[in-house]
Amino acid sequence: MSLVEITFLILSVIAIGSALMTVLSKNPIHSAIYLLICFSSIAGHYLLLNAQFLFIVHIIVYSGAIMVLFLTTLMLLNLNEETEQHKPAMARLGALVAAIILGLVLVAAVSKTATLMPMNNNTVDIGSIKALGKVLMDEYFYPFEFISILLLSAMVGVVLLTKKEKTTVA
Amino acid sequence: MTDFTSISLSGKKVDVSRKEMTLSEQLYLPGIIKGMGITMKHFFSRKKTIQYPEQKREFSPVYRGRHVLMRDENGAERCTACGLCALACPAEAITMKAAEREKGEEHLYREEKYASTYEINMLRCIFCGLCEEACPKEAIFLTEELVNPEYTREGFIYGKDKLVMNQQQQVL
Amino acid sequence: METALIIKLVLILVIFGITMFIALYSTFAERIIAAYFQDRVGPNRAGPLGLLQPLADGVKMFTKEDFIPNTPNKWLFIVGPGIAMSTALMTSAVIPWGKSLDLFGLHIDLQVADVNIAMLYVFGVVSIGVYGIMIGGWASNNKYSLLGAVRASSQMISYEVAMGLSIIAVLMLVGSLSLRDIAEKQSNFIDWTGKFPYFSWIVFKQPLAFLVFLICSFAETNRTPFDLPECEAELIGGYHTEYSSMKLGFFLFAEYVNMFISSTIIATLFFGGYNYPFYDTVATAAGLNAAAILGVVVLFAKIFFFIFFFMWVRWTLPRFRYDQLMNLGWKILIPLSILNIIITGVVILLTN
Repeated sequence: MSLVEITFLILSVIAIGSALMTVLSKNPIHSAIYLLICFSSIAGHYLLLNAQFLFIVHIIVYSGAIMVLFLTTLMLLNLNEETEQHKPAMARLGALVAAIILGLVLVAAVSKTATLMPMNNNTVDIGSIKALGKVLMDEYFYPFEFISILLLSAMVGVVLLTKKEKTTVA
Repeated sequence: MTDFTSISLSGKKVDVSRKEMTLSEQLYLPGIIKGMGITMKHFFSRKKTIQYPEQKREFSPVYRGRHVLMRDENGAERCTACGLCALACPAEAITMKAAEREKGEEHLYREEKYASTYEINMLRCIFCGLCEEACPKEAIFLTEELVNPEYTREGFIYGKDKLVMNQQQQVL
Repeated sequence: METALIIKLVLILVIFGITMFIALYSTFAERIIAAYFQDRVGPNRAGPLGLLQPLADGVKMFTKEDFIPNTPNKWLFIVGPGIAMSTALMTSAVIPWGKSLDLFGLHIDLQVADVNIAMLYVFGVVSIGVYGIMIGGWASNNKYSLLGAVRASSQMISYEVAMGLSIIAVLMLVGSLSLRDIAEKQSNFIDWTGKFPYFSWIVFKQPLAFLVFLICSFAETNRTPFDLPECEAELIGGYHTEYSSMKLGFFLFAEYVNMFISSTIIATLFFGGYNYPFYDTVATAAGLNAAAILGVVVLFAKIFFFIFFFMWVRWTLPRFRYDQLMNLGWKILIPLSILNIIITGVVILLTN
């Protein structure tokens, strides 16, 4: 086994293990931290695929920003076992059915996919910023700009929601 | 309705200025640079530290430190245990027991009555100097020495062994 | 291959040692400088001129009782300072400490890793650095610690945005994310290559970006006036209230390592890194190696100036209030850096 394969195996085990622990752990903060580990190991996978830019952006955006916000919110909320709502039986049944259907879809998708393309390690530049920037600003220019407008509109919406309504003085 | 904002009980009230800040004040940067200039001036100023064990700050001539019980020119204790110092003490730090002078002790005690025990609690003492003023025999004085640190509270109760001046010491 | 690996390992160890040494003596310098700003003398008893004071502090830290509070998250409590310390040390890998040396027939690059995403790597590591404070503060099972942790995280996130945006103008100018490229772009002091000569250090081209970056690096290192996560007046000790012994030492030490790294990055990004006026003249007169070594010395001089600047500001400015902090970050620094990006873009378009 080459060094890359060993690293891949270790990262995969960590990723799957921490993903499972995210779902299974009782304490919401613990599951957020497991999710953080999961994100980091996925970032490691990007690095194995020579996508440096994606690796670091994944770290900055997911580990550095989103999970910090998650953790902050979770720490401020008082999530004890007493405050947790009791889920009705119907909701549990629905969740079970949804999970089974999702599993079926996944099994079908995996079994029908063609054999994986062999990983090509020689194309060094495929994940670098220059290559990515050229593709984004050239081939995928319109989708790229649309996405930024979408994000901007979402931001404006959030700002609007947080604004207090001006109450007119009676 | 009373306008409470106009009340000034001390007569020294100054209204807080709430004028609009100018642009340079709003930028804060000129203010920050000015402040940093001031700190820099202090950086190069003469230091006021006294390197204690080597250098000592001079005491004022009227400094009041730990007490001493005086002897007269013949080496006899001046104190006659009248108790006026204990009475004058605002902190009630002084206690004493009187005893009568025996034959053959004239060289030890000047008066016919003397203090067999004399204790000052240095933790209670406020070093006001009233005992010094009250003493009719000029027996107790406050020196320029500091009270030494101790490990226990008992150590701060100074008996005659620590208070009475040595034979060799100069009579004040 | 073998020798290259050994060279890199030695370089890593040397940089690690220097970083720790400078952080150690930063604590001493902080105390001396603080004293001087307050007309005092500072610690001068341990060893000659008090130079052994950091060692005495270290021995004290190590021999203190290592207390763990009654918390259900003992493991996280222990991990917190470790994360803070390791992330603080990780950044030094991508910093170019000087040009290359040619010694004993070996070619030594004075940089551990010249990756083309160096600047993003720095941001990534900095953004992870807050987890040490957050996890440690939360696991302390103490309300003050928790408040400190929450403050630290929201402050970090807010100022990271402005920091990243202020850097973009610099990156547009240089056209690369590699710190080596950024340093090379600022060679010598005056740039003769253009139509008219101009200062090549980026601080002269991007003063606004420098200002925003400087303010943000104060916030990122949790130094006064942005030390709200640990402000002793309100939160006792903030996130490290419950910590003692060397765990506390790690938190405090990480702050000094961060300060050193921030100073290095400011020096590299805006003040030419290892470049100094007449570098090329020195290189032709005294040889490349001598010029490179002088470059390292110059870089450290710049770093020491910025460390001094951090301390100077600490003893000048009072702490911000929390709403002032947020207003400054979101309403002033971010719009300023966006404006700076637009201006830079327009100027680049017009001049090309």
